[in-house]
Amino acid sequence: MKELQKKTRVEKKFEALRKAGRKGLIIYITAGAPDAETSVRAVLEAEKAGADIVELGIPFSDPMADGPVIQSASVRALQQGMTTAKERAIVRKIRASSEIPLYGMGYINQMYHYGFENFVTDFQQAGLDGLIVPDVPHEESADMRRICAAHGFHLTEFITPGTTEARMQATCKDASGFVYCVSNNGVTGVKKVDYTQIGAVCSKARACTDTPLAIGFGIGSPEAAVEAAAHADAVIVGSAVVGRLLKGDFDGAMALIRAMREALDAAYGS
Amino acid sequence: MQTNGKGRFGKYGGQYVPEIVMPALEELEQAYLKYRDDPDFQKEFRFYLKEYAGRPTNLYYAKKLTEHYGRARIFLKREDLLHTGAHKINNALGQALLAKRMGKKRIVAETGAGQHGVATATVAALFGMECHVFMGAVDVERQKLNVFRMKLLGAKVIPVTSGTGTLKDATSEAIRYWATNITDTHYIIGSAVGPYPYPMMVRDFQKVIGEEIRAQAVERIGGLPDYVVACVGGGSNAIGTFYDFRNDKSVKKIGVEAGGRGEATGDNAKTLSGAGEPGILHGAYSYLLQTDDGQVVEAYSISAGLDYPGVGPEHSFFKDTGIAEYVSVTDQEALAAFQRLSRIEGIIPAMESSHALAYLEKLMPQTKPDESVVVTLSGRGDKDVAMVAKALGEEI
Repeated sequence: MKELQKKTRVEKKFEALRKAGRKGLIIYITAGAPDAETSVRAVLEAEKAGADIVELGIPFSDPMADGPVIQSASVRALQQGMTTAKERAIVRKIRASSEIPLYGMGYINQMYHYGFENFVTDFQQAGLDGLIVPDVPHEESADMRRICAAHGFHLTEFITPGTTEARMQATCKDASGFVYCVSNNGVTGVKKVDYTQIGAVCSKARACTDTPLAIGFGIGSPEAAVEAAAHADAVIVGSAVVGRLLKGDFDGAMALIRAMREALDAAYGS
Repeated sequence: MQTNGKGRFGKYGGQYVPEIVMPALEELEQAYLKYRDDPDFQKEFRFYLKEYAGRPTNLYYAKKLTEHYGRARIFLKREDLLHTGAHKINNALGQALLAKRMGKKRIVAETGAGQHGVATATVAALFGMECHVFMGAVDVERQKLNVFRMKLLGAKVIPVTSGTGTLKDATSEAIRYWATNITDTHYIIGSAVGPYPYPMMVRDFQKVIGEEIRAQAVERIGGLPDYVVACVGGGSNAIGTFYDFRNDKSVKKIGVEAGGRGEATGDNAKTLSGAGEPGILHGAYSYLLQTDDGQVVEAYSISAGLDYPGVGPEHSFFKDTGIAEYVSVTDQEALAAFQRLSRIEGIIPAMESSHALAYLEKLMPQTKPDESVVVTLSGRGDKDVAMVAKALGEEI
């Protein structure tokens, strides 16, 4: 992949984290759940609570890679009339008052239907820095990678405990922003995870790329965040935050983010 | 959309799955390509098709139905006579034999009408594997008989309430389960859908339908049929029927989709014959019922085996290239055909197959007496009797 002309918000953030010897905290929040206004407020407050990067979930009718919590957040958002246009408006609102690195996480059909290049153009203009598309593996993303690279926009690559060496080489070669390391077999929102598997995978990935590594899936507590962060540059937290937001426990969600921030900083220096 | 182009039918197909599933698809592809041409595997597959499932199935000359229309001769490809009552057993046997050779201990499957779930539970029992079947909660309710059959066969049936609680959600849930248990579990997908290599593999296990029709037609009518007709949900019995005739221009291949409540309501499963546009669902790029915003639409049909918003990618290719033609009939037309075949031929067809039969109302007047039509009777209708009684306003 060609060098991006200018450092993106994501790259600057990871550079600053590295310099300070800190671990990154990436928080997933579904756009439009429990409602549009709350999701905007959640992103802005999450930043204040210590989130370094936010993944904004783009609700899809058939979220194959998501567990029950994020599925129900998607259903809730769609039932309340969430659309691509409204998602763009949410991104714009966030961007109007924050410079936090912001990813969109959604499924390919919606982006394909919109026109992938148009989707990238319009959402980048609204303020997104990159995309995470969990139902497109490296083999199917050549066109998407080309389009994103041309726009200076990140497209996230995935590795898992099952990713073979050969595929990891190819994946890491095209990595941009950060590499999403899936902690375990399964979907989002798993309760108990054994990080030793992904630890081994992360060290292999380290040998292939300088791109930061972020571990996601199954990180629901400050302890889990600290444990997972030992193997990577950042941790990704989704269901634990979204679940609290869905229950109406906004303060609880923010308290969890703060607790994770404090635990990470205590463990890895600040 | 440009991709590496692996596993495509024209531009359709591909592997749109989470990274976590990719190693399993690679393993499956390698195993399938190895055993596809392995004489021992093929011998074992053919043995079970013949001795256990009951192949070849008859190509039955439906004399009375032919007289009813007074045009071309009508033949029924009797997949309904197979063990477990539908063509689904062909694929389930093939995949279970493959899973066994791959050393998998557990089978997971999705099911709509329950026919594929029953077929999968059956082969899991036969080969001593643990079996989990995901079924939409709505379908669990309308296909109680098949749910109990699966339980009798030792399978665990898991009702799926996420999304719309139908086949598409059961499929997503089966994929999620597979992703979580990927090392010791094989996913037996029930139709010619999903990521590569599934559409090709399911088609290969089902193409015996068309191969038999060809041989039987040559023997019975001294040549190829003029029309082959099959119902299309995901499209496995149709691709099995059409595939062997794909290069025979003289054989018109007609896939019949579920028109549901009819044109006015939009409640249908007309992926290829209606409002579907190419999109991505469950791992493949294919025609898809979706909103203007790219959300997948809930398909509707009286038949639980046809209410799927997607379709197998090879059918999308057949549609675009004109290899096959896709049409639809409504719930009411299918219900009438269900009763018609029962009364005229003494055969109670599955509601899915009744859609193919219903299209004869439109097709037969265009045919000539020296022509012949083959309709694939994909399954038997026992499972639908209670639902049909209800639709006709009868208490049973």
